[in-house]
Amino acid sequence: MQKKCWTKTGRTVHRWLWPFVGLLCALLAAGCKKSGDTPAGGEGGDLIKIGEFASLTGKEATFGQMSHHGTELAIDELNARGGVLGKKLQLFTEDDQSKQGESKTIARKLISRDNVVALLGEVASGRSLEAAPVCQEAKIPQISPSSTNPKVTEIGDYIFRICFTDPQQGKVLARFAQGTLKAKRVAVLTDAGTPYSVGLATYFKDAVTAGGGTIAMEEKYTSGDKDFKAQLTAIKAANPDALFVPGYYTEAGLIARQARELGLMVPIFGGDGWESSELAAIGGDAVEGTYFSTHFSPEEKRPDVEKFVQDFQAKYGITPDAMAALGYDSAMILADAIKRAGSAEGPKVRDALAATKHFAGITGDITIDDHRDASKPLVILQVKGGKFHLVENISAD
Amino acid sequence: MIVFLQQLINGLSVGAVYALIALGYTMVYGILRFINFAHSDVFMVGAYCGFYCSRLDSGHTLAGGLLVMAIAMVACALLGIIIERLAYRPLRGSSNLAVLITAIGVSLLLENAAQLVFGADPKAFPALFPERNFTSQAGLTVSSNQLLVLAVTAVLLVALQWIVLHTKIGTAMRAVAFNHQAAALMGINVDRVISFTFGLGSALAAAGGILYAMNYPSIDPYMGTLPGLKAFVAAVLGGIGNIPGAALGGFLLGLIETLVKGSKFSTYSDAIAFAVLILILLFRPAGLLGKFQVEKV
Repeated sequence: MQKKCWTKTGRTVHRWLWPFVGLLCALLAAGCKKSGDTPAGGEGGDLIKIGEFASLTGKEATFGQMSHHGTELAIDELNARGGVLGKKLQLFTEDDQSKQGESKTIARKLISRDNVVALLGEVASGRSLEAAPVCQEAKIPQISPSSTNPKVTEIGDYIFRICFTDPQQGKVLARFAQGTLKAKRVAVLTDAGTPYSVGLATYFKDAVTAGGGTIAMEEKYTSGDKDFKAQLTAIKAANPDALFVPGYYTEAGLIARQARELGLMVPIFGGDGWESSELAAIGGDAVEGTYFSTHFSPEEKRPDVEKFVQDFQAKYGITPDAMAALGYDSAMILADAIKRAGSAEGPKVRDALAATKHFAGITGDITIDDHRDASKPLVILQVKGGKFHLVENISAD
Repeated sequence: MIVFLQQLINGLSVGAVYALIALGYTMVYGILRFINFAHSDVFMVGAYCGFYCSRLDSGHTLAGGLLVMAIAMVACALLGIIIERLAYRPLRGSSNLAVLITAIGVSLLLENAAQLVFGADPKAFPALFPERNFTSQAGLTVSSNQLLVLAVTAVLLVALQWIVLHTKIGTAMRAVAFNHQAAALMGINVDRVISFTFGLGSALAAAGGILYAMNYPSIDPYMGTLPGLKAFVAAVLGGIGNIPGAALGGFLLGLIETLVKGSKFSTYSDAIAFAVLILILLFRPAGLLGKFQVEKV
């Protein structure tokens, strides 16, 4: 990649620019040498260095910040307990500004300049996918807290995730529609503009038909659309028992609203893309009684969940959501793997991560499978009074 | 049949908003012969004005909602006049291209300034008016918002037609549209007429912004881009520079789009709507109601 750029600029650069190019080369070489001098492996001194990249600003800032808070809380807790293998953990956090193209550079910087032993990130599948080849090449384990696209962990054997995947989510939602909602004919309204929505819709439809149900109708829209009445009118005419909207919260809120305006009163449900307080703000009364699946509910009555929610509120003044819980679990699973490996070297940590069985996380019992994905339960939440309340836990298998 | 009628209602209410925005494009084009690309961002500012002013109207009454809308329209009229004064007037008499590029610049400036001032995250737009749904026995549904959009558009359209055809300033606008220099020789203050046109167009954009935000209550700094583009297309479709044409174009585009979205080809709705545009322009290059004129050199 770099070589290609070189010859390209070389051809067009003016003659008087060459001395500057030379100077730049010299500086780069000096930089490389400097970073090469520091001990490799990140175990220099009494510290284990852990890298994190997140969307702290920009479009998905709320996701990134919650995830970062969770990770930070986990690192603080681990250090208060005396660290791992007798060493304190140090977290290096970089902001990718929710931009495509940033995370690759950031992953390189964290690995080669800061010498981190492992990388935690990202929420968005697109950005996890960008950083993954860098980690794979450097043999540095990467744990994505909440990227659900199946492709992420297919990059290589150093890439892990601790959330469920879209195929698992589709299957669980189909079971929920047929079990709890008792819906035989389900209509689907897919966002044709995001791979997340298209993927989730496909897995859901397959699972519904496999379970003996029928897809009454599938209509499509593109993210950013505001008017769904045309599609909803067609869906209403197909007379379904329930409507599945595998998109993000902005569109989901508008869809629920317009469906109710058109008199389409069947249950509406969606996936983890719905989880945001904006859903209720945009949807208003129309989203009351709708359901969605996600990773975590702060209402769960497990002692460690209660403790996590308390600690989180004490530190940040807000109630943690799924992103925060997954950010926390990602750091805890990594610490657990380093402990079991007895070393912070990449290959050893990788093997320990791959062997994770029944880790008691905040988001449930996590086992890493052969594809380095997590198999774990999902929660179904319902919107009531503008808040999200736990309805049931459904196992992914 | 019921489904088709329902889609007609849906399409008309979408088209009404396009029509309101298209009027602003077409008026400015009629007088200055240039496309004001910042118009769609004035639309966005109008929606944000409504968002912040809505705190004054806590009762969701019809009068309160209309007051909020009036405030936003006045604010955007001022914004339109200021934009014209600062960005376009200094360029009057220079090439059309320079003004066009400036318009794109103003559009980007407004979008980025809005991101800075209002924040980049989408905001939920509050209900300004009391909301109700009316359902007929056959199952046809109309929401009060849809009716309001149609009513406001109709009222503003008639008012605009009246201003242009039956008032002194309207006569001056038509004179300026016909020939700047001759109008100036007749003692018309051309600058004032142009300011008025921008003010009027921007006020319509603000009304459109609020109606749009009421129907689709999520607003963000880029909300104007797509409706603005569609309204521009509507203005061209009806015959740019022609006021009834812009309204007709808006309704037509809204209808086509809705009917396509309700069919199997929902993802191709924009492609098909724009293909229709190309077809119409192939057979009627000046738009549906426009008169074909040879550009004077």
